[in-house]
Amino acid sequence: MSVTHDVIVVGGGLVGTAIAYGLQKRGLSTVLLDEGDVAHRASRGNFGLVWVQSKGLGAPHYQRWTRGSAEAWPSLATELAERTGLDTALHQPGGIHICLSEEEFEQRAVYMAQLQREAGNLGMEYRMLNHAETAEMLPGIGRAVVGSSWTPYDGHASPLYLLRALHTAFRDAGGTYRPNAGVSEGTAAPRDFSVQAGGETHRAPRIVLAAGLGNAALAPRFGLEAPVRPQRGQVLVTERTRQLLPMPTTSIRQTDEGSVMIGDSKEEAGYDSLTQTPELMRGMAQRAVLTFPWIAELNIVRAWSALRVMAPDGLPIYDESGRFPGAFTANCHSGVTLAGAHADILAPMIAAGELPPEMAPFSARRFHDVRSAA
Amino acid sequence: MKTYDLAITGAGPAGMAAAVEAASLGLSVLVIDEQPAPGGQVFRAVEAAGADPALAGEFLDAGGALARGFRAARGIDYSPRSTLWHMDLVTGVISVLRDGASEEIQVSRLLLATGAQERPVPIPGWTLPGVMGAGAAQILLKTAGAVPQGPLVLAGQGPLTWLLAVQLLRAGAGPMTLLETGGKGALWDAFRAGGLWTGRRLLTKGVSLVREAKRRGLRIVRGVRDLRAEGEGRVQRVRWAGGEIACDTLLLHEGVIPSTHVSRALGLEHHWDEAQRCWRPALDEWGATSHDLVAVAGDGGGIGGWEAATATGRIAALDAARRLGRLSAEEAARRAAPHRAQLAAALALRPFLDRLYAPAPEVLVPKDDATIVCRCEEITAGQVRQAARLGATGPNQAKAYLRTGMGPCQGRMCGNTVAAIIAAERGISVEEAGALRPRAPFKPLTVGELAALPPEEVG
Amino acid sequence: MFAPRPDIRPATVEVFVEGRPVLVPEGASAAAAVLLAGLPAIRETPVGGAPRLPYCMMGICFDCLAEIDGVANRQACMVTVEPGMRIAAQRGARQARPGTAPEVAA
Repeated sequence: MSVTHDVIVVGGGLVGTAIAYGLQKRGLSTVLLDEGDVAHRASRGNFGLVWVQSKGLGAPHYQRWTRGSAEAWPSLATELAERTGLDTALHQPGGIHICLSEEEFEQRAVYMAQLQREAGNLGMEYRMLNHAETAEMLPGIGRAVVGSSWTPYDGHASPLYLLRALHTAFRDAGGTYRPNAGVSEGTAAPRDFSVQAGGETHRAPRIVLAAGLGNAALAPRFGLEAPVRPQRGQVLVTERTRQLLPMPTTSIRQTDEGSVMIGDSKEEAGYDSLTQTPELMRGMAQRAVLTFPWIAELNIVRAWSALRVMAPDGLPIYDESGRFPGAFTANCHSGVTLAGAHADILAPMIAAGELPPEMAPFSARRFHDVRSAA
Repeated sequence: MKTYDLAITGAGPAGMAAAVEAASLGLSVLVIDEQPAPGGQVFRAVEAAGADPALAGEFLDAGGALARGFRAARGIDYSPRSTLWHMDLVTGVISVLRDGASEEIQVSRLLLATGAQERPVPIPGWTLPGVMGAGAAQILLKTAGAVPQGPLVLAGQGPLTWLLAVQLLRAGAGPMTLLETGGKGALWDAFRAGGLWTGRRLLTKGVSLVREAKRRGLRIVRGVRDLRAEGEGRVQRVRWAGGEIACDTLLLHEGVIPSTHVSRALGLEHHWDEAQRCWRPALDEWGATSHDLVAVAGDGGGIGGWEAATATGRIAALDAARRLGRLSAEEAARRAAPHRAQLAAALALRPFLDRLYAPAPEVLVPKDDATIVCRCEEITAGQVRQAARLGATGPNQAKAYLRTGMGPCQGRMCGNTVAAIIAAERGISVEEAGALRPRAPFKPLTVGELAALPPEEVG
Repeated sequence: MFAPRPDIRPATVEVFVEGRPVLVPEGASAAAAVLLAGLPAIRETPVGGAPRLPYCMMGICFDCLAEIDGVANRQACMVTVEPGMRIAAQRGARQARPGTAPEVAA
């Protein structure tokens, strides 16, 4: 038996669900195919930043995309709250990147200046703050903090409430969600796609591959490529604590519940998302304590490692198949930051049937260009 | 870095027996235990409880002997008040927290002897002050000699309810009622499981407890269903289908289940035990797990009671010695034989008990939507059902949706209930719904303890 | 409400539960001291402010979180009493720096 839809979205994480919701609310009947209870699930390991100030050096299109998403977020959050009653805990008070040495501070200053130059007409407001200026914005910083960079665009949200809100809104808008439905088979023809998943066959004239690391194997079947690899990140989470942090930093944020999250590690560790390394956890804890000495008292109640979805150049890949028009792929490691763009910028493009020219720099064809140029 | 042939977590019957056996075979042994003194939960504070007549019998006799043997053995480094919070399965380095400092220790093998926990009993009102586990009241008796005052209700079933009733009545607890939740046909079903002759010693022990409890004035109500605790600010009465009683303290008990938090965090293979309605690590006949460096002994590998625990502890110690080349395979097998016989005898009555005291479906899956299942995050059964309808197929996705299992207990109290609710809602088995996959730290440590920075660098 | 049996287990260690002196047996836990003191709640939950008392007494349930000798959110059932120990209820989420932490609006 085969079920026909307007769109098949493969991947029920933050990326796939945001796109599926964006499509469904625009009137396209969408099926969202997801894996089971234990999948790699980068979404469940997301740190929760809606972050602009470290994104897109040397890639102005990515900087614009990130800024656009951060700007689209408030209306997405409001809409999800109205439709589902769920608060995604979005706060965009600006954000801080902490520097713990003169060297870090100088490098950061160069980085931010370059980012501003590349922003061109879009502009990019930022300030480099010394210790005292940082202390005014963030109470209780340690002596070790040399300074920081600040931008007004940054913020954070709850990845988990976002995922739940997107799932709920997608379902309430009439979308079809299928858990335990990893894609086992698929066939592609121009504007005619068929996949087998969870014992069913789904057909549609459009398909969106948003299966995270699963895209690497899935994409070639649909005339696409997604050369993504896992990059492990670890996060420490403390017990609930009364609100103390008025804004997030790149590696420390306080959630609405009050937990302090400590993160931002990067390791190349293959598909191993189970292992946690005490040395790395210790390094993260040390940086956190040097940044905010009061964090030392807090109990770590949980920690996790999760796998980021990384392209060779660290930038997202958005692409459409030349061979099979109607097949799209979305790959990125910033499912929270980019949720606004995915639901309300990318989804309309897919609904229209093709990606506009300004998306060309995100195509996986860039990796061939690099190779042929080299 | 310190090194040991064998690290054992847990100084209960399994851990103590394993340590003594391993040390006698020349292994260097480290025993890590959260408690200040050996005994585990079953023989908790057995040295300090001394001559408490309320605890006379097996507790003081067998438990006392085990603790004395453990204290007297040479070659054991015993580290009380210590917590294992991480193990690197590639290198065999364990991280242990003691006195506010974390230490890394190299071990050739880790034996988890983490014992059991009481099965959570999520009834309406179970978070009210004055409601606690029956085991908790027993720990208070063992560690502080304390007894509940005022009208006391013991609700549930299992061998511990009778033992506790007797101990508390001996210790002068207030008027006590036992609300037995067992099913009416359970006894006949249990008889069919057999094992009564081989297990006759344990059976006799149980029967004499029931007699003593009745003699000491225990009031018994059988076939109790739809239990709920009620009161303003604390428990004041217990209601059930067709009855109600005022009380100051309500003690709940529906048996015990293996503590699998650490074994699951280590990613070891587990199986669903349908007879005992719990997860247990997959073990071979030596207690070896799916990972080369890790073994499990005692109730943490499946509920069998303290006598089975000492046997599995000794067997696991023999296997550790064999793996380290201190014992030939033949010699290990020869030495294990008497322990295997002891184990078989200790487990003979198990199928009978598992059937007799099988928890009612409502204990595993609360009927009332308003019942709290996650005590830390205060999430109700109804919310879990909603998450299941939204598409959560297991406790890990429910955790992402609802925060069930994200609080300080990390799902020790709610994990199985959440899985059972999802299973019921989606029409799948609990095994299919799966189990939470916890992570290190196995127990909380502070950011400062982890960072271990000298104070002059901070501030 | 729990009562000691001083004839069996002499109560020799003086601790302070919410400032009130209580005598408890050596080796007892801080959670036991709270129950012997008859405190109505050892904590109020950070989620809903509900009162709780210790439930499992064996380090599993984390319902006995209390402030012990000025340190917030300690598992009281895992802490053995010491003479002069100060045990106070944990009310809601902990403070990060008691007394000195500059609070901001949530």
